[in-house]
Amino acid sequence: MMMEASAATSNELILDARGITKRFGGFVALNNVDLAVRPGERLGLIGPNGSGKSTLTNCLCGALKTDGGSISFAGRAIDNLSSYQRARLGLGRSFQLPRPFHSLSLLDNLRIPLVYAVNARSGTHLTEPQIRTRSTELLGEFGLGGKLHRLPGDLTQVEMRKLELARAMATDPTLLVSDEALAGLSHSEVNEILALLLALNKRGVAVIFIEHIMRAVMAFSERLVVLVAGEKIADGTPKDVIADERVIGAYLGQ
Amino acid sequence: MSNGRFILLACLVGVALVAASTFVTNEYYVFAAYFVLQYVVLATAWNILGGYVGYVNFGTTAFLAIGLYSAAALNKWLDLPIPVLIPIAGLLCGAVGLAMGYLTIRLRGVYFTIATLALSVVVQTFITNWDYVGGSRGIYIMRPTDVPVFGSYVAYLFFLMTVLAVASVVIARVIERSTFGFGLAAIRDDETAAAASGVPVLRLKLVAAAISGALMGMAGAPLPFYLTYVEPTSSFSLAYTVNSVAMPLVGGTTSWLGPVIGAVLLGTMQQAMTVLISSSVNLLVVGVLLVIFVIAAPNGILGLIRSLRGKKVDPETNPLAAILVTEKRSSQ
Repeated sequence: MMMEASAATSNELILDARGITKRFGGFVALNNVDLAVRPGERLGLIGPNGSGKSTLTNCLCGALKTDGGSISFAGRAIDNLSSYQRARLGLGRSFQLPRPFHSLSLLDNLRIPLVYAVNARSGTHLTEPQIRTRSTELLGEFGLGGKLHRLPGDLTQVEMRKLELARAMATDPTLLVSDEALAGLSHSEVNEILALLLALNKRGVAVIFIEHIMRAVMAFSERLVVLVAGEKIADGTPKDVIADERVIGAYLGQ
Repeated sequence: MSNGRFILLACLVGVALVAASTFVTNEYYVFAAYFVLQYVVLATAWNILGGYVGYVNFGTTAFLAIGLYSAAALNKWLDLPIPVLIPIAGLLCGAVGLAMGYLTIRLRGVYFTIATLALSVVVQTFITNWDYVGGSRGIYIMRPTDVPVFGSYVAYLFFLMTVLAVASVVIARVIERSTFGFGLAAIRDDETAAAASGVPVLRLKLVAAAISGALMGMAGAPLPFYLTYVEPTSSFSLAYTVNSVAMPLVGGTTSWLGPVIGAVLLGTMQQAMTVLISSSVNLLVVGVLLVIFVIAAPNGILGLIRSLRGKKVDPETNPLAAILVTEKRSSQ
């Protein structure tokens, strides 16, 4: 049932990571992991705690250097690019624990990616009024329109998650890696954020959705990848994957 | 206020200071004011890396001494005038600042701070053993008794330091309001998140460290002519380092105005104490003030004013408090 996405030619893929290996000393956090994402795809990435999901995110986004394998994004090898260069290419990420710029207002939090990621791309140059309009619009879309001039410290937990996503979206990504955007939220808050992510995807943004809440994963994902102890053990439609014996074994024990 | 207007205003303040100094008959006051202005430059320069980017530099003496000794050596060798020595000191210290900036790739928080402290020890050892500038014996600098236009040499030095102070405050304020300054603030708040938002973290830190170092070095270039005798022990006095850290923290680190307030307040107070009590009590008072401010008013005087106006301030913008928080976080 392994759906070999890597069988597709690489120019059809927005992200094509092959044989990603990451070691921390003697501990192998990722072992030869392949991950492919098509443009506009909603990919769920699940796995027990410590299975390497966040390490994979960090390797893809350039926060960690890999010890093996290759990553190409939008048809271009990005292995030697640092984090900020990957963000400028359109590889956006949101962090598991929100990491806002706490001394800057919400508007200025979004101004950073607009100025440094979007304006650094060739062919785009947003003027100051355009930057302001865009960040106001984005904050409005994420339900933060009433708090434009507040500091992140004034926000509630769910608002902080929204700010995290809004800032990632301000880089105008073609692929968004969302690392546990729902952790610690209530039932209704989960639905709220999920609706936002679906709306982003409708605009053509591919999403790698890392999550523990299975209800949300099943509702969101078109395809599901399972990592266990640094290895990919399943890759396919959500229905097939959750019926896979190895996946059941990994989650429930054999 | 636009940058243009600010520059005009800063220049007017500078002109007023120089004009006022010509009316002062007792030269000691001009000497004291030079000392305070030198701290305006040092504190402002420190704040560009320490306050805006959050990297606490304990190597102020290294930069000041490189500026000071490069000026003393070049003056001895080629007899260059101070307006030429200042940019040379700036270039040298800018290069050292750039090298220090590369340390930030591996060293963060308190580790970076320790490395900068080591930098001053290395520079001090080098200069103590450099015979051309007198080694540990020190070196005398002969200055002309009169200079044209200014009349006395002290008035000339005061003019130069006023120009440097105005220039560094203008540079700090322009940076603060620029895209570059916003990038620095993002780095201070969270380097990883800044990089994920497209901020070229290393490049920005290098530029900030180079500017900060260059300004500190430039402040040091006229100093041998002010002191007329320099030797390593007093040139590497802990007072320069402690003051350049304490002044921005007492004034407030997120704005150009903070270091200026801190330097004027602490600098004037130290001059008064030197005359009224003893110069050795200075550092004690500054130390106590620093502790009080870090605990009771982490955002300095500016933060205190803002919170009195009912505005919320973020305690993590205090670079000293922030390095402790970072240590706590990274150990979790």
